Amino acid sequence: MATVSEPPQGGFRLSQLIYDTRYRSMTIQIVTLIGVLSLIYWLGANVAYNLAALGKPIDFTFLWAPANYDINQMLIKYDSQDSHARAALVGLLNTLLVAVLGCVLATVVGVIVGVLRLSSNWLVARVMTVYVEAFRNVPVLLWIVLAMAILIEALPQPRDFRGDDPAASMLFDAVAFTNRGIYLPEPLFTRSLGEVPFFGIFDISLDLLALLAVLAAGMLAVRAIGRRAERIQNATGDRPTTWYLSLGVIALPVLVLLALLGFHLGYPELKGFNFAGGIYLRNSFIALWLALSLYTAAFIAEIVRGGIIAISKGQSEAAAALGLRPNRTMRLVILPQALRVIIPPLISQYLNLTKNSSLAIGVGYMDLTGTLMGTSLNLSGRELECVMLTMLIYLAISLVISGVFNLYNQRVKLKER
Amino acid sequence: MAMTPYVRTRMLEQKPPPVTSVGPAGWMRRNLFAGPVNSAMTVVTLGVVALLLSHLLPWVFLSVWNADSLAECRQIIDETWGTEHSGACWAVVRERFLQLVYGFYPWDFLWRPNLTFVLMLVALAPVLFTGLPRRMLVFSVLYPFLGAWLLWGGPVWTPLLALAGFGVAALGWRLGGRVNAILAVALAVLLPLLWWILVMGPLGRGLSALLPLGLEPVESNKFGGFMVSVVIGMSAITLSLPLGILLALGRQTDLFIVRSFSVAFIEFIRGVPLITLLFVASTLLNYFMPPGTNFDLIVRVIIMATLFSAAYIAEVVRGGLAALPKGQYEAADSLGLDYWQAQRLIIMPQALKIAIPGIVSTFIGLFKDTTLVSIIGILDPIGLSNAIRADSAWNGIYWELFAFIGFVFFLFCFSMSRYSMYLERKLNTGHR
Repeated sequence: MATVSEPPQGGFRLSQLIYDTRYRSMTIQIVTLIGVLSLIYWLGANVAYNLAALGKPIDFTFLWAPANYDINQMLIKYDSQDSHARAALVGLLNTLLVAVLGCVLATVVGVIVGVLRLSSNWLVARVMTVYVEAFRNVPVLLWIVLAMAILIEALPQPRDFRGDDPAASMLFDAVAFTNRGIYLPEPLFTRSLGEVPFFGIFDISLDLLALLAVLAAGMLAVRAIGRRAERIQNATGDRPTTWYLSLGVIALPVLVLLALLGFHLGYPELKGFNFAGGIYLRNSFIALWLALSLYTAAFIAEIVRGGIIAISKGQSEAAAALGLRPNRTMRLVILPQALRVIIPPLISQYLNLTKNSSLAIGVGYMDLTGTLMGTSLNLSGRELECVMLTMLIYLAISLVISGVFNLYNQRVKLKER
Repeated sequence: MAMTPYVRTRMLEQKPPPVTSVGPAGWMRRNLFAGPVNSAMTVVTLGVVALLLSHLLPWVFLSVWNADSLAECRQIIDETWGTEHSGACWAVVRERFLQLVYGFYPWDFLWRPNLTFVLMLVALAPVLFTGLPRRMLVFSVLYPFLGAWLLWGGPVWTPLLALAGFGVAALGWRLGGRVNAILAVALAVLLPLLWWILVMGPLGRGLSALLPLGLEPVESNKFGGFMVSVVIGMSAITLSLPLGILLALGRQTDLFIVRSFSVAFIEFIRGVPLITLLFVASTLLNYFMPPGTNFDLIVRVIIMATLFSAAYIAEVVRGGLAALPKGQYEAADSLGLDYWQAQRLIIMPQALKIAIPGIVSTFIGLFKDTTLVSIIGILDPIGLSNAIRADSAWNGIYWELFAFIGFVFFLFCFSMSRYSMYLERKLNTGHR
């Protein structure tokens, strides 16, 4: 016989809001909502009052006023008469440049170090451990200023390259390492296709687009060749040699295109007190890039090592039983599986690197922090707007990066059914 | 005649292993010269290490400890080891040691930060090592008030009255509890707030007029060096752990509004660089406060660093919570424990144990990130290194200062990470 307890009778009492589980969660939520909203209201009211007292209400029109300052590294055209908004865009591109290059270098170094830490070679494993511990336990800002100091103090000045018997000389007569930065040869085209404006924001070089198009076509051709080789292998058991075909379809069209465009290298030359021509990598950029990459690489190395250890020993034993050599075991068996463990923490390291790139302000590299939250803020006096905008842009970058990589993570994740 | 086959009746003596596989030679062969690739790696690494050490060791050890300026240092080095040698000038660390550690804290009162630091170790000891008597935890709870008072000075009544606020809260809870629970909660929250905001100031002034006990106040802008790093780091670490746990619980709960706020807060903080938050602390916080409020820059930085690290802690703790099997929650429910009892007795001890490595590495990260305050003008070690270089006597000195600062940070962070490993081993109850 089932007994059903009677629902509590009687009217609603106030204490039920806390003691009755039917109402309690609602009570908590409403109290939280009221609390947070009143906090926000209080902060907002304070801001409104303080800004009114200072006589500068929130106003973003300053973004379109001339910035009146120069930026020392720009990927798109900019001069001091351009607006604050464009200065911020230049800074944003500089942030993205150092973030992307940093992520690439950090991944390469990190994977190599992580694998070498597990090397059977005692000495190599110890040296890598020292590298990881040294970089992980010292603040990244210290590494950045240290890298800057090394570049400034240890490399020769441009004037050392002058004279008949110069104190310093260029590498292969093409690359100059100076304490102001590194000068590399730049690619030039005598029969250039010119540039097209991109929505009036910046110009894209048509030469670059043509090169990319040819490369993409080559990639497609390589995939077709690979599929054909697969078909032949499935039918006959022999895989035809294809590497020279692949090389041909990639390299030949590119070489032809380069010849058509009249490709040549423009070498940096010493003019007066400094070098002119060529690609100039500022020392602030190099210091930031190297320091961020090597710092993050130490963390990535630990992630890679952890991922490899997480793969059970049985996997490598099985690979050995199949007769795979150690490096093929690593490449074909361990790393693909370890990747699934590695990717989520790797994403957060990429995010950290991107956010740490804001420390550029420590060495005077003009990134988003240096332009919008630095000089623009000081010149326009709009602290609230500049800082808020900078935060929002960084937030957007972070959300995009984590969104894209989470998508990738979903794809490589083990499909469990 | 029968053939007697040759059968050995006695075991042979075991032969010693070949000399190449035992002892140092065998070890080297296994670990350094196993195959041509391995040998090549060893040789190359040895070469690189030797090259680095041959430059580094003479610089570190053939150096000068007693000098008043960089020029004097260089002169001594030239006279002792010749002009080619470039040794370190550790004299700067020796001469500016107090500054690097305490900043511009008044030299007469150096016993105060020293005492605070020693007491900090005492307060931390029962938290870090469970073997010590539990009664010491009372001191750990009181320590933040004592430490803040010792460092910043001021009348002794301020920390006492601030502490009394918690007594007021308990009183409100008791009084309200006689009527009903809602009143108890309301009184326990409202009364101490009223106490801190309205009563504490006048009462403190009155008491100090009656009985002027206290320490000489020291302004925040006198703080500097490693002291600032430790103060900001330790305060933010202590405050961010409970906040982070609450945020993690908020993110896990079924309550929609609480969850949305927690997620929004965590994702916002994790999406922006710490330096932007520090800019908020240094330039914007005054906008968000009622006019006339003017609180200390270091306190503002501590608040921001706490919020920053709480968001990261929340994610780490959430990972620990997610790693717990659902059965643990159900078991707690079936025992009839309510939410907070279940969290306190069943869930958190296990989740935090899983999260320890992540929590400690967040703390290490936070401690390293305290160097960022140099960008907003607080004289932490890196800020001080610039200040020292601005002095004409030490103009141009880079490596010695960076090496010293890096070394001290390394000591702190490395010992934290070793402690976390010890804790992991100690708490590991798995049978593996």
